[in-house]
Amino acid sequence: MNDRNAAIAASGLAAGYGSTAIWSQASFSIPAGSFTAILGPNGAGKSTLIKLILGLLHPIAGRLEVLGEAPTRGNPRIGYVPQGSAFDPELSIRGRDFVGLGIDGHRWGMRLMGRSQIATAADDAIRAVGAEAYADRQLGRLSGGEQQRLLLAQALVGQPSLLLMDEPLSHLDVRNQGAIVQLISQVARERNLTVLLIAHDVNPLLSHIDHVLYIAHGRLAMGKPAGIITSETLSTIYSAPVEVLRDRLGRVFVVGLEEEVSHPHA
Amino acid sequence: MHDMIAMAATDLSWNPLDDLALLFHYEFMVHAFEAGTVVAVVAGAIGYFVVLRGSAFAAHALSHIGFAGATGAVVLALSPIVGLLAFTLGAGVAIGALGNRLRGRDVTIGIVLAWALGLGVLFISLYRGYATEAYALLFGQILGISTSDVVATSVAGVVTMAALAVAYRPLLFSSVDEDLASAKGVPVTVLSIVFMAILAVAVSEAVQVVGVLLIFALIVTPAAIAVRFSSRPPVAIGIGILLALAFTWFGLAIAFFSPHPVSFFITTLAFATYLVVRLMEALRPRLRARVS
Repeated sequence: MNDRNAAIAASGLAAGYGSTAIWSQASFSIPAGSFTAILGPNGAGKSTLIKLILGLLHPIAGRLEVLGEAPTRGNPRIGYVPQGSAFDPELSIRGRDFVGLGIDGHRWGMRLMGRSQIATAADDAIRAVGAEAYADRQLGRLSGGEQQRLLLAQALVGQPSLLLMDEPLSHLDVRNQGAIVQLISQVARERNLTVLLIAHDVNPLLSHIDHVLYIAHGRLAMGKPAGIITSETLSTIYSAPVEVLRDRLGRVFVVGLEEEVSHPHA
Repeated sequence: MHDMIAMAATDLSWNPLDDLALLFHYEFMVHAFEAGTVVAVVAGAIGYFVVLRGSAFAAHALSHIGFAGATGAVVLALSPIVGLLAFTLGAGVAIGALGNRLRGRDVTIGIVLAWALGLGVLFISLYRGYATEAYALLFGQILGISTSDVVATSVAGVVTMAALAVAYRPLLFSSVDEDLASAKGVPVTVLSIVFMAILAVAVSEAVQVVGVLLIFALIVTPAAIAVRFSSRPPVAIGIGILLALAFTWFGLAIAFFSPHPVSFFITTLAFATYLVVRLMEALRPRLRARVS
């Protein structure tokens, strides 16, 4: 697991709360600079994997390396977009101030020094996501797509090498989903970022991702989208009848993994 | 308390300089302005975070829980401020530990608040000279502030402002997005407790001015108006402080020349300003439509 090109490497990894594993025996390696979609049913442990990588949760077994080190909370090389619905409309802070907090929001005290550097960095990040037009407006009053762009700017502002996004598409309409995916993909390529993105639907991502990490029935499986999202592969991995359907527009539908895991594989 | 209000009912000469000189002629008025200024600055500043974190009810509850502590201290022949601080701090730390996101947090706080008020009623009945003491706690006693009170208020004010300055950035971050702040290494639970402890001290100070029942007028209303004018945190905090100062100063000055209590004028100024701002906001689109 000492692959130099791996941004994230796991071996025999198990995650859970207390001593109950949500998933276990996970071994995978995510190459640096790649774009990976994390898919799977609700409650399968997708966000749990993100929490392990962020160092917010410790593995209950196995090893995990993030950017060549053990996961540490507050790692400045990781940009993070948390899961969540829209900000409270009454939340009175400008998008620009929120992006700035991505750099030094964890530091004690007031911002006394380096104001101009932080302003410049925030400007750059806002420009990179194309949010100049509304960065000075109240964050809570912006549309879902606009908030998502500023969340991305906040994640990018510290020049991270790894970008973790927990369901950034779920509150967006189809048109906005496409635009955000396009943006993430473009920014990631320009900055040589490794991207892990949790999604409900793989379709808006299909033409951009390098890998799919499937989490279901207590197990993780990783592969190329075309290789892993097939009836045969998924049925074999999860020893359950899984059907992958494709419609005339080339959209993919996975049937058979949706149910909540009631008896997780121990 | 009533005597002092009566004493404060002085005739207005309509000569601004004479009136100002008269205003500061009495020592109790100077003390009131000094303590009121400190309290207004602290309340205006912490109010921004109260509004941002959606903790208005927690602030309200802290003052009521503090009432039980203050009346209890009076029964034990202690200074009411000791009981006030002890109870608001204890409750603040407990509420902070409950966390910002917990569903039903307000219900839990409300249940404790109701019980605390019940305790307060018991303590009042146990204490013979209850009327003045309870009245002062409920509605404020700013005209009865001693030199040592002013010193104590100022020390508490400096401590709360310093604590707020130290916690400023991570507090702002965790108030906006707790999950994100936590992932970035901000100790969000500790911060939530620290914030409620700072709020407890601020509430205890403000109780002297407006009393437990009217605490909203100084802690919540100025900040709630300020965030409608600016979504830049330092600017909103500045506006909140200025508004709290204006309400307190004008409230004191008007009360001095009238037979009515200070708390009434402070709360009325706060409410009227809020009303005007909301009305202006509601009318603005229509006015704009008429122009174009």
